[in-house]
Amino acid sequence: MVTVGGRNSVESIRVWLDDVRDPEIPVVSITDLGILRDVRHASDGVLEVILTPTYSGCPATETIREDVERALREHGIENGRVVMQLSPAWTTAWINERGRERLRAFGIAPPEDAARCPRCGSVSARELAHFGSTPCKALYRCNQCDEPFDYFKRF
Amino acid sequence: MRARLEYVLRFGDSALVLAQRLCALVAHAPVMEEDVALANVSLDLFGQARLWLAYAGELEGAARDEDTLAFHRDAGAFRNVLLVERPNGDFAETTARGYFYDLWASLAFAELVRSKDERIAAVAEKSRKENAYHLRRSEDWVVRLGDGTEESHARMQRAVNELWRYTGELFLADDVDTAMASGGIGFAPAALREPWLERVKTTFGAAALELPVDPWMQRGGKQGVHTEALGYLLAEMQILPRTIAGAVW
Repeated sequence: MVTVGGRNSVESIRVWLDDVRDPEIPVVSITDLGILRDVRHASDGVLEVILTPTYSGCPATETIREDVERALREHGIENGRVVMQLSPAWTTAWINERGRERLRAFGIAPPEDAARCPRCGSVSARELAHFGSTPCKALYRCNQCDEPFDYFKRF
Repeated sequence: MRARLEYVLRFGDSALVLAQRLCALVAHAPVMEEDVALANVSLDLFGQARLWLAYAGELEGAARDEDTLAFHRDAGAFRNVLLVERPNGDFAETTARGYFYDLWASLAFAELVRSKDERIAAVAEKSRKENAYHLRRSEDWVVRLGDGTEESHARMQRAVNELWRYTGELFLADDVDTAMASGGIGFAPAALREPWLERVKTTFGAAALELPVDPWMQRGGKQGVHTEALGYLLAEMQILPRTIAGAVW
């Protein structure tokens, strides 16, 4: 364990937290999604993890919070503090390249200008429904290979 | 602080009541995709309600959290606009109610993101992004049903006629609205009326719907005077935590 002056370094904690996955889309981590906004030692010395919710009603948010708290405890940080930050509001622009690649490999078209079929790569697709299996996704069908797929909506 | 609490409750309760209405449609929507969409919109609204009501609880300072406010207040303490408590009716009524609300909320949140109250601005910023998708869907359905079959058109026209009288309240100011607007925390409700009406006219044009002429407007929701429909909704929503004291998930 990397420690600086008796405390865990922020960098090492970021590495542990990269193991926390989205419970709805377990191929991506909270780092990939841009949900993890900051890790810092607050003025009172307590380690703070700043998270932001994707959608305000997303049930995954509570689970992610608990998973982060568990990850901290498992690494010996008993008194960590998880802070939910609403502003600036989460945007799909914060999903990193690794996250986009992981979504694509999982069969979900990542948020781009156009919904690109994750199977054949065609940008010719039609929207079947504004909402998909979760609030963050819409349901599309590829005009090329005719497969239906989830598109992670730009948000 | 009292005015600010009242103000926050109006947005929180409106989101909560509409969320409860929509979740009652789960497994009853006309097609699977709509079932999923209604559930997702409802979920967003529950999330928004939670953010508003958590803040209301802090403003009140009486140790009531968002759950206590949702489950342990009677109809007279709810500050939602009347529009959202109207029953689901047929799919046209659900659609018209959603469209009128979504459009109003999109304009309201666009104002509230500039609020001097940072918490209000943050919740509005979050809600605004979700609301944009809700509006896109409800507006789409108004056009599809209005400009659809003879029956869907007739039902859509009947629905907007029926709900029109609940839209006036959205643009009426009382002392709370005036105090919030002058303090830079809120906005003047009347200022939203023109942009709201213009967009409704455009949508109705595309939907081949006539603008209702009913001049009579209901009011009172924001002050806690509700239609009979709210009591039944709350009875169903609140029965569990009220019957079993201390019940939690």
